[in-house]
Amino acid sequence: MAQITLKGVGKTYAGGVQAVSDVNLDVIDREFVVLVGPSGCGKSTLLRMVAGLEEISQGEIAIGPRVVNRLEPAERDIAMVFQNYALYPHMSVRENMAYGLKNRKTPKSEIEARVAQAARMLELGPYLDRKPRALSGGQRQRVAMGRAIVRQPAAFLFDEPLSNLDAKLRVSMRGEIRKLQRRLGTTSLYVTHDQLEAMTLADRLVVLNGGQIEQVGSPLEVYHAPASTFVAAFIGAPAMNLLDAYIEGGRVKLEGHDMGLVALPDGPITLGIRAEDLSIGTQGLPVTLDYVEELGANRIVHCFAGGQRLALIQPPEAPLSEHMTLRARPQALHLFDTTRGARLVAPATRIPEPVA
Amino acid sequence: MQKINPLDHLILILGALFLIAPVVLAVMSSTHSAIAIHTGGLFLLPGSDGYETYHKVLTAKGGFTGNVTGARMLMNSMIMGVGFAVGKIVLSMMAAYALVYFRFRLATLFFWIIFTTLLLPLEVRIMPSYQVMSKLHLLNTYTGLIVPLLASATGTFYFRQFFKSVPDELLEAARIDAAGPFKFFIDILVPLSRTMIAAIFIIMFVYGWNQYLWPILMTTDESFFTLMRGIKAILQVWVGSQIPDYNEAFALAVLAMIPPVLVVVIFQRMFIKGLTESDK
Repeated sequence: MAQITLKGVGKTYAGGVQAVSDVNLDVIDREFVVLVGPSGCGKSTLLRMVAGLEEISQGEIAIGPRVVNRLEPAERDIAMVFQNYALYPHMSVRENMAYGLKNRKTPKSEIEARVAQAARMLELGPYLDRKPRALSGGQRQRVAMGRAIVRQPAAFLFDEPLSNLDAKLRVSMRGEIRKLQRRLGTTSLYVTHDQLEAMTLADRLVVLNGGQIEQVGSPLEVYHAPASTFVAAFIGAPAMNLLDAYIEGGRVKLEGHDMGLVALPDGPITLGIRAEDLSIGTQGLPVTLDYVEELGANRIVHCFAGGQRLALIQPPEAPLSEHMTLRARPQALHLFDTTRGARLVAPATRIPEPVA
Repeated sequence: MQKINPLDHLILILGALFLIAPVVLAVMSSTHSAIAIHTGGLFLLPGSDGYETYHKVLTAKGGFTGNVTGARMLMNSMIMGVGFAVGKIVLSMMAAYALVYFRFRLATLFFWIIFTTLLLPLEVRIMPSYQVMSKLHLLNTYTGLIVPLLASATGTFYFRQFFKSVPDELLEAARIDAAGPFKFFIDILVPLSRTMIAAIFIIMFVYGWNQYLWPILMTTDESFFTLMRGIKAILQVWVGSQIPDYNEAFALAVLAMIPPVLVVVIFQRMFIKGLTESDK
């Protein structure tokens, strides 16, 4: 087991495209770290650099005590699970799992024991002699994980392993991956574009944007205190409402309405409010109803505040009307710099005195 | 389901008969005597001389030197066909592997150079090839018969296209599984290429089997004669009142047909199995 250390890691492709720049990250032993971001944010490139499948243009990657920049993938003591499983189609499940060990000259009895153990853990016992094509998507994914487990590597690398599965299977596999990782205690790096997967799996989240780290933190830290408008919009569903507001005399004004007090100089800001932090009240921000999305357990209500769109979550039985007034706890207001998008760490906001 | 139309079937049956007729004529005629064929033309029904003719063709020593038998020629053709097919597959797989998986300067240029040789038939380079073989003292050897024709642009091209369709992740998974370039080739690419290999084996075996011009040039020693030359030799005896042994020529032709047919039948099964089995 090992930690993974990335120091100033960058990737420049031929032609000068900078896919990843200056990434610093410490994955501690036994930790499950999820790299999340939209497509093209460099998360897969970063993972592949750790795996040794992409060359490292700048910086240094260490797995355990060793700097691995110049090592072949096979020498890095990692195992990888691919999005399309990458099983060898002509080998049985058993041979697929054993191949890496066989190439490393592991004794036969040892291979058999490890394969049997992994098969038990993943409930693949009855399928050991089948070819991958005779398996369902979920079973193939298990085989791919089995191939990683039998190696007993220092770290697991997952490259969007659940993207090819249907929604239901994805949820159950997500749980299994989490349980398995806890049980084995193997340091893991996991890449996904699905923020929900990221939230549920991670010990720590790394949100990437444009090849750079936007924020590192536990899922709840990232959720409750997004470091930028990008993170705020990316993590959480529905996405956080991001509204153009301004500060005037220490008051946060949205469409002319007071939202709270804040010790910040006057000027435009971006105001973020999560959908679940808005409630319908007798007083507050006047909005007009646009449309409603029914989710069963609750409903997402889309409104206009002035010209700006916002969404709130309401219980299904809550009465709605064409014109409503909304309020939010001032602690739930997130303030961001309008031009840079960075979070403004404003000393706590309070409810202003009711205006007569 | 479409309704079965009798007219469609009639057309198909006629087509099948049309295609099969020459083969039936050859097989049937080979069982009659040369004189019967000479006077009576081709036969649609079996005659009585079948066993004798085939026995003679396979075992009787003939030719100018009088020591080459049909069986010998059959073996020579077999060596040509198999040597050709195997050699071409090995060579073109290795070439394609290098072109697809190794990054080296001008790889694309090399590929196009190989590819353009597709446009040059054997006949264009037959004199220089002959000269090279002659200088190397390889005339009248199996090496000389087979090696100069082994470079195969067609095979290289097909294998290249196939290797390109193999997902990159397989290579990456193999790299993580500590399989070096050689292991990846043997353990993964070769088994995956089974269907491709079967297809190319069919094509190349038939191609090698049917070679005519090159063996004529390369071999003067009759013990290296192939079946194709044997058939020609039988028909070349139009001297005086002698008539060619039509029955023997037919028998040889029938014998010459069997191995390629077998190869096609056997490998086609594998070929279809491979096609339906692979899901990538």
